[in-house]
Amino acid sequence: MNSLTFPILSIITFFPVAGILFILFVNNDRRNLIRWASFLTAVITFLISLPLYFKFDATTWNMQFVEHIPWVKAFGISYHMGIDGISVLLVLLTTFLSPLAILSTWTAVTERVKGYMISLLFLEIGMLGVFCALDFFLFYVFWEVMLIPMYFIIGIWGGPRRIYAAVKFFIYTMSGSVLMLIAILSLYFMHFKMTGEYTFNILTYHELNIPIDVQFWLFLAFFLAFAIKVPMFPFHTWLPDAHVEAPTAGSVILAGVLLKMGTYGFLRFSLPIFPQASIDFIPVIFWLAVIGIIYGALVSIAQEDIKKLVAYSSVSHLGYCMLGMFALNIEGVQGSIIQMINHGLSTGALFLIVGMLYERRHTRLISEYGGIMKVMPVFAAIFLIVCFSSMGVPLLNGFIGELLILVGAFKANVWVGLITTIGLVLGAVYLLWMYKRVMYGEITKEENKKLTDMSGREYAYILPIILFIFWIGLYPKPFLDKTYASVDHLLQKVNYHKELAISKGKSTEDKDDTLIMINNNNNR
Amino acid sequence: MELIIPTINLSAICPEIVIMVFALIILLLQSFLPIKSKGYFAYVCFTGILLASVLVIYLPSAFDMQFVESSFSGMWVVDNYSRFFKLIFLLGSGLTTLISVNYVANEKIQHGEFFSLILFATLGMMIMASGADLVVIFLGLELMSISLYVLCGCTRTRTISNESALKYFLLGSFATGFLLYGIALLYGATGTTSLKGLSEIVSKTGSQGHIEIMGMALLVIGFGFKIASVPFHMWTPDVYQGAPSPITAFMSAGPKAAAFAAFARVFVMALPSLQGEWVGLVWILAVLTMTVGNIIALVQENIKRMLAYSSIAHTGYILVAFLSAGELGIASILYYLLAYTLMNIGAFALITVLAGKGEERITVQDYSGIGYKNPVAAIAMSLFLFSLAGIPPTAGFMGKFYIFSAAIKEGYLGLAIIGVINSVISVYYYLRVTVAMYMKVPETTTESQFPAIVFSPALILAIIISAYGVLRLGLFPSDYIAIVKQSFLALQ
Repeated sequence: MNSLTFPILSIITFFPVAGILFILFVNNDRRNLIRWASFLTAVITFLISLPLYFKFDATTWNMQFVEHIPWVKAFGISYHMGIDGISVLLVLLTTFLSPLAILSTWTAVTERVKGYMISLLFLEIGMLGVFCALDFFLFYVFWEVMLIPMYFIIGIWGGPRRIYAAVKFFIYTMSGSVLMLIAILSLYFMHFKMTGEYTFNILTYHELNIPIDVQFWLFLAFFLAFAIKVPMFPFHTWLPDAHVEAPTAGSVILAGVLLKMGTYGFLRFSLPIFPQASIDFIPVIFWLAVIGIIYGALVSIAQEDIKKLVAYSSVSHLGYCMLGMFALNIEGVQGSIIQMINHGLSTGALFLIVGMLYERRHTRLISEYGGIMKVMPVFAAIFLIVCFSSMGVPLLNGFIGELLILVGAFKANVWVGLITTIGLVLGAVYLLWMYKRVMYGEITKEENKKLTDMSGREYAYILPIILFIFWIGLYPKPFLDKTYASVDHLLQKVNYHKELAISKGKSTEDKDDTLIMINNNNNR
Repeated sequence: MELIIPTINLSAICPEIVIMVFALIILLLQSFLPIKSKGYFAYVCFTGILLASVLVIYLPSAFDMQFVESSFSGMWVVDNYSRFFKLIFLLGSGLTTLISVNYVANEKIQHGEFFSLILFATLGMMIMASGADLVVIFLGLELMSISLYVLCGCTRTRTISNESALKYFLLGSFATGFLLYGIALLYGATGTTSLKGLSEIVSKTGSQGHIEIMGMALLVIGFGFKIASVPFHMWTPDVYQGAPSPITAFMSAGPKAAAFAAFARVFVMALPSLQGEWVGLVWILAVLTMTVGNIIALVQENIKRMLAYSSIAHTGYILVAFLSAGELGIASILYYLLAYTLMNIGAFALITVLAGKGEERITVQDYSGIGYKNPVAAIAMSLFLFSLAGIPPTAGFMGKFYIFSAAIKEGYLGLAIIGVINSVISVYYYLRVTVAMYMKVPETTTESQFPAIVFSPALILAIIISAYGVLRLGLFPSDYIAIVKQSFLALQ
């Protein structure tokens, strides 16, 4: 277990504050200064987050770079940060995507740049905090705080129906999370009754044996919060609205990072704290995930708006993540984590590409395009790579994630695995069909003939993503290795309960619950 | 007949004496000073409040665990509970004074009356918090209420203000009647009005004492009116809307806190043995208050009226804490009321100034585009609204967190779930204001009709204090939590 002497996670999380403070004192009209300041802030945040990758010890499942300071002693709340194999890649994804998102807004957002940049940096703080927090209270604070900048980003700089989308996003997410708060508080008092200690430390809850009937309800409350965030079918209805109305950078962050908070929540809370309930919920989640995969893909096919198409494709992709995770085997869960990263990269890139088209033509309707390849050849190549990555073509990152998830799914349930493969085909259908209609053929619209190919700035924010698309596709080992120890540890815990349930089911005698609990403690 | 002279301990009522003396000084100066110098009354008033706060904090040795001092034959008690409440009242009236400086001048209100009435109302609240006898509590309540009736109507030329005063007065007297009847029944059944005596006698009869239960129910109505709980809330929207904005700010924070102070003291100290009887009653009140307040607030166009309904909803949350009146419950009431005072007065400070002269700009639409014309004001307003909605990292969130943890700890899980669902509903109408401020374009035609917005230094100070408090209580609540926990011990 390694730990640095200085609080690196806090520095990464709160470094954007420096940028925000600087920007606050810059005159509104000096737009370029504001843009550069926020871009540099995000780049520096990324650079200082790199040691997390290199100094991360992949051999242990323990939390690393831990910081632990009491915050509100009366309640047992502490400022507790730390990362493990599950969160390290997500933290890096966040710091990686943020500067690219900021770079993409250079010409897209020309009004109220100051507020926009402050919101984006504020959002980054919230996202990083969610992935690093190891205290329930701290986690909840970051989880909720992040709604505010996203609400403003959609509501102020969004499209025509932005107010509706922003308010819907806010209220939808919040209604899930307040029930989670109730569940957290119930857990908290239950823990007090069992151990006599008031604490919000997430790790101590991983060790708690909760009675199964209580697990059910608590799991349900957490499930609602995370399922809305993911979003799983049928809680996905806020997503297309939010995505379509949000400005490009907002969509990139929303798809790239925000949705991962839901899946991350399942991995960090639901599975380890409620292992038994998680196992009981597998069928529900499997089928919701499969419906999400197929439904998301089918709806994507029917879209006429490119951005909406990408938004619905997220519902489909996140279905894969949930499926892999609840396959509860090492391939599935690792695939799920890699797929979270992949989705962040490829869907983020798709939104950036849609943004490029939109900036040139101010429309996102597929019918307005056609034959773009002739005027923008380099753009066409990059677009194609990103589409391939999103649909999981071998040698690119999407393939690795989807393959692992499918292996996991087949191991867990053959039927679910079989149906999921249909989703893969549908994924190719909507992306390639859209690509064909936008890029190939004759140029039918007069305006499209004068389109210019990508600018230097556009290269600057799309090429880093392409690099990782190939890197993860060709050599995923370093990324998979980072997650292995933590995932393995998580699965041991969950599967222990699974075996327990099976042996309990087989034995004809009625075993006493408390006896099992005692055994459980002894084994640990 | 022997005349018993009670022990008079002036140090116990020192802060109250200061407030009263300053109120009288202002009244006297009003008659003697030339009109020009009347602008200074606000500062005289503020000095009095500061002085009283210092006395509340330091006169009896600083907050310690066991400190309880009773005097006047046990009718008056100074404990950490009452001291904390007094600080909330003084904070509320201090901020109100700061907000009122420009308002009073603009609206041509009599300075002397206005500020001395604020001090008298504050005095009434302080008496309520310290009263250990139903008669003393009643005296305080009346002093507070009568001052408020007058304050509501102090913009004499505006019909809506007169309407507000008259409504408040009529309904308020009616509710006071209930309260008094309740006190009379309790006295008739037990022969005492002292809380301690009541507690001893009622604990013997328990739920057998029908007259006591009757009296208790009437007290619930009386207090329920003052805290604006459904179904005794009918006066709130009209009165809040009609009263001058600074007074609305004052009313929504101080008197509510004072009524809760007395309510909790009477029910926790004197009537705990009847808990079985009032729990069900208050449970229903809490659910109704939260839900009705929030749902009606959704459709309000007038922002003062909206905050009136929101204030009703907040009463509901505090009733949840009241029900779970264990250690966490009482402490969370204190914490929440402090947070509520800060965020609500902060919001009303901005409403006061943004409304402009004559309070013309008070609908949600009027806030369109304010985010770009007055960015700092809009940020502060958003902060207060997010805090009222209970979004972290603000005082409002910490307060709700405190209340709902108390509810869950005492086993009121259903109530906690209804509470959080309500706070999601409330997000919608708080967001409406931010939507208007940042996401709507103002109609240019109506823009020119409105008077310019002038920020006075005193008002800016009030906003800074509230904003600081909201963030301080939200981010670093430890020391305040320690204080409210000690305050609870006083009630044991």
